[in-house]
Amino acid sequence: MENILTQAKRVAEEAEVFMVSSEETPVHFEANRLKHIQSKQSTSLALRIVRQGRIGYAATTELGDSQSLVDNAVETARFGMPARFELPSPVTYPQIDVFDPDTESISIEKMIDLGTELIAVVTNHTPEIICHAMVTKDVISLQIINSRGGQANYKKSIFSLGILGSLIRGTDMLFVGESQSSCHPLTQPKEIAQVVLKQLELAKNRASVPTRKLPVIFTPLGVANALVPSLMIGFNGKTVLEGASPIGNRLGQPVFDQKLWLWDDPTVAYCPNSRPCDDEGIPSQRTPLIEQGKVANFLYDLQTAALAHTRSTGNGSRNGGLPVPSPTALVIAPGKTTVDEMVKDIKEGLVIEQLMGAEQGNILGGDFSGNVLLGYKVENGKIVGRVKDTMVSGNVYQVLKEVTAIGSEAKWVGGFLHTPHIYCPRLSVASKE
Amino acid sequence: MTDIQAIARQLAEAIKGYSADYIEARLEESQRSHLTYRGRELESVGQVTAIGGNVRALVRGGWGFVSFNNLNDLPGRIELAVKQARLVGKEESKLAPVEPIVDIVSPEENNPLTIPLAEKKQLLDEYNALIWRTPKLQTSIIAYGDSHKKVIFLNSSGSYTEQERSDITLRLTAVATADGDVQQVGLSLGSRGDFSLIQGLHQQVEQMARHAVELLSAPQVKGGEYSVVLDPVLAGVFAHEAFGHLSESDFIYENDRLRQIMVLGKKFGSPELNIVDSAAIPGLRGSYKYDDEGVPATKTYLIRKGKLVGRLHSRETAAKMGEKPTGNARAINYHYPPIVRMTNTYIEPGSASFDEIIGDIKEGVYAKNWVGGTTSMEMFTFSAGEAYMIRHGKLAEALRPVVLTGNVFITLNNIDAIGNDLEMNQGGGCGKGMQSPLPVSNGSPHIRISKCLVGGR
Repeated sequence: MENILTQAKRVAEEAEVFMVSSEETPVHFEANRLKHIQSKQSTSLALRIVRQGRIGYAATTELGDSQSLVDNAVETARFGMPARFELPSPVTYPQIDVFDPDTESISIEKMIDLGTELIAVVTNHTPEIICHAMVTKDVISLQIINSRGGQANYKKSIFSLGILGSLIRGTDMLFVGESQSSCHPLTQPKEIAQVVLKQLELAKNRASVPTRKLPVIFTPLGVANALVPSLMIGFNGKTVLEGASPIGNRLGQPVFDQKLWLWDDPTVAYCPNSRPCDDEGIPSQRTPLIEQGKVANFLYDLQTAALAHTRSTGNGSRNGGLPVPSPTALVIAPGKTTVDEMVKDIKEGLVIEQLMGAEQGNILGGDFSGNVLLGYKVENGKIVGRVKDTMVSGNVYQVLKEVTAIGSEAKWVGGFLHTPHIYCPRLSVASKE
Repeated sequence: MTDIQAIARQLAEAIKGYSADYIEARLEESQRSHLTYRGRELESVGQVTAIGGNVRALVRGGWGFVSFNNLNDLPGRIELAVKQARLVGKEESKLAPVEPIVDIVSPEENNPLTIPLAEKKQLLDEYNALIWRTPKLQTSIIAYGDSHKKVIFLNSSGSYTEQERSDITLRLTAVATADGDVQQVGLSLGSRGDFSLIQGLHQQVEQMARHAVELLSAPQVKGGEYSVVLDPVLAGVFAHEAFGHLSESDFIYENDRLRQIMVLGKKFGSPELNIVDSAAIPGLRGSYKYDDEGVPATKTYLIRKGKLVGRLHSRETAAKMGEKPTGNARAINYHYPPIVRMTNTYIEPGSASFDEIIGDIKEGVYAKNWVGGTTSMEMFTFSAGEAYMIRHGKLAEALRPVVLTGNVFITLNNIDAIGNDLEMNQGGGCGKGMQSPLPVSNGSPHIRISKCLVGGR
């Protein structure tokens, strides 16, 4: 790495070398049986330079061939965007624990046992269900060095355990599932199985839904797939800079219900999306996004922040290219209402776990529209069964302007969102009779 | 660059020393470049090279898979894959027999990486300028990517193939805003490495930008059931999402209930309906000579005259279902094992003209252009980038983008008109099992669905 930096400094004003290595071991179960064990090693090196004021970028997996890497970066810098940022000088990073040696050392045999147990609990409850499960451990090492002497490195472990079950009767298909991830090993498959068993119980009966506006409770998973994709774009500093975010000029203004609080938080210990610094070496911080319904901040990387005349929030992330602003872990603050109280409050309405295709519409504008893949009907304060052939549509910015209640218990979804249930008064529901 | 042919020779020799029912290896070297614009300026340009490989082993029905881009210690990788497979295997290994093939496929005609970055930038600059010339436009996003890769496949039965693949994708988006309302229209294009296919589209780009502005004043459709006419792009996505995924045998082969639903000979649609998947058509994004298990590509009828007649297989699913392999095992890159995937999937043309298709619709929706689509196998949703009301047999006002949804089994039977104007769309990418986007193409003529659920206000 030092070598590449030295070579790059000869031809560029600024340079930064980013290296990430990963050793991942996924254990797959298919059709209720162990099917596949994998082991994936990968290392990649990325070089960002500023040459004659412009940004150049190249990446490779060939660690030995540093000259081609530098040449490629130089070639792209002819066309690159003018650099407006300064790479970080040496700083002290917060202590954020994201590595657990127990995850690295857990044996494949133990991982097989966990998956086997997870499937056994679910198939004991519903023998005709067909389950796929995955148990994965991943150890990631990350290193950044730059021409201003800045350097960062950390090691992270991620363990995840998940199951997806399908239950088919005639041509009727029911899909249930749950997955969790952590930097620690997850050794309680029963907890995950319980979530699935509850879904199976609630979905036992079928219920019909009218085509009209109805109150809807989004479960944490429902919040993740229907509401959050639009917010992730709306709070992205880049969307704001382009004038394409519906909330871009509403900083400090009440846009959402005042019960709503949202922040981005990469500092929670042992959370898979946590990290001491971002992919540009900027120290991690907790960034409030919605405070009491008011827009509090947007998320920035170095370049976008400089263009917007503000500071990076430590949200520069790389996805196989130059860093871009992106959320780490979003947290929605819990409210005061229990899920039971929400359900009791509804005469006729829906509980939505999964909206299929919700992220396909005009999510930039906040629209979502999807088929209820897993959801339940509420009648007179009780969940009466599963709904199907039902489309739910809305606009995040309208839906979250006035919410009836926010759940008192929050839950992690996929390591990137910690949220309670959200109860909305009226959403468009279209159903096939 | 590292000589992957030399490494392949070492691997071919080394796998002979291990005992497993089957071992295969893939080696890959690739170059990619990308240019992205956000707003008026070129935001990011980069070049990426990668090299890597994998070993997959089968022992008593259990699979082990090891991927790497550190090419040292190849025997250690093979040993690990075999050890993992042995840990899993508890039954009998089943793979459909395939004759060993040794073939160095002639190089791709087009390698987009040889085109200077300046030339690519010039074209994108022209398109971006056109978008920005549109009044009331807020911003634009343009993402261009190209790649060229060489893949060597070899296995313990003596197969050895070398193949190249070039790919180009271009996605343009125009964003218009007014009073806090944001509307966008996109255009997805692609080709098998042929840069000329994405040139000269100035008129289409201009239209796209104008349409984004028009949407600001367009109404949203009222949710409910309509007669819906799909243009070739969207109908192709429908064929892929709604039916294609259901034809992938890895979903079916170990699931008795799905096997009953997907029994060959079952009626799925009208006698006019034919759906095909074929990697054997040359020059499309889903085309190849051999799949990632070294099986030759085929043309597979999935639905013929309205009846289910075939499905897509890997060697394992074919053997377990007692059918012939179709050469549909594909991996997005060397990090992943091959799984059953579509290639170029299309509805064959029928006889109706567009005017005949919309002629007797009193109130319906004409949905065009692709935004996205997904399926749960039983239910599908897909979203149209453009939509218009159809009133009394004629196209009427523009609508905001619509999302269509339905039950696959009912909807296929509800296709009551098939046009004569087949077109292939090369702008798509397919995701499955964390492997996304895989280059595929979809196609169809215009089709009409008699009752389709449309999400709306």
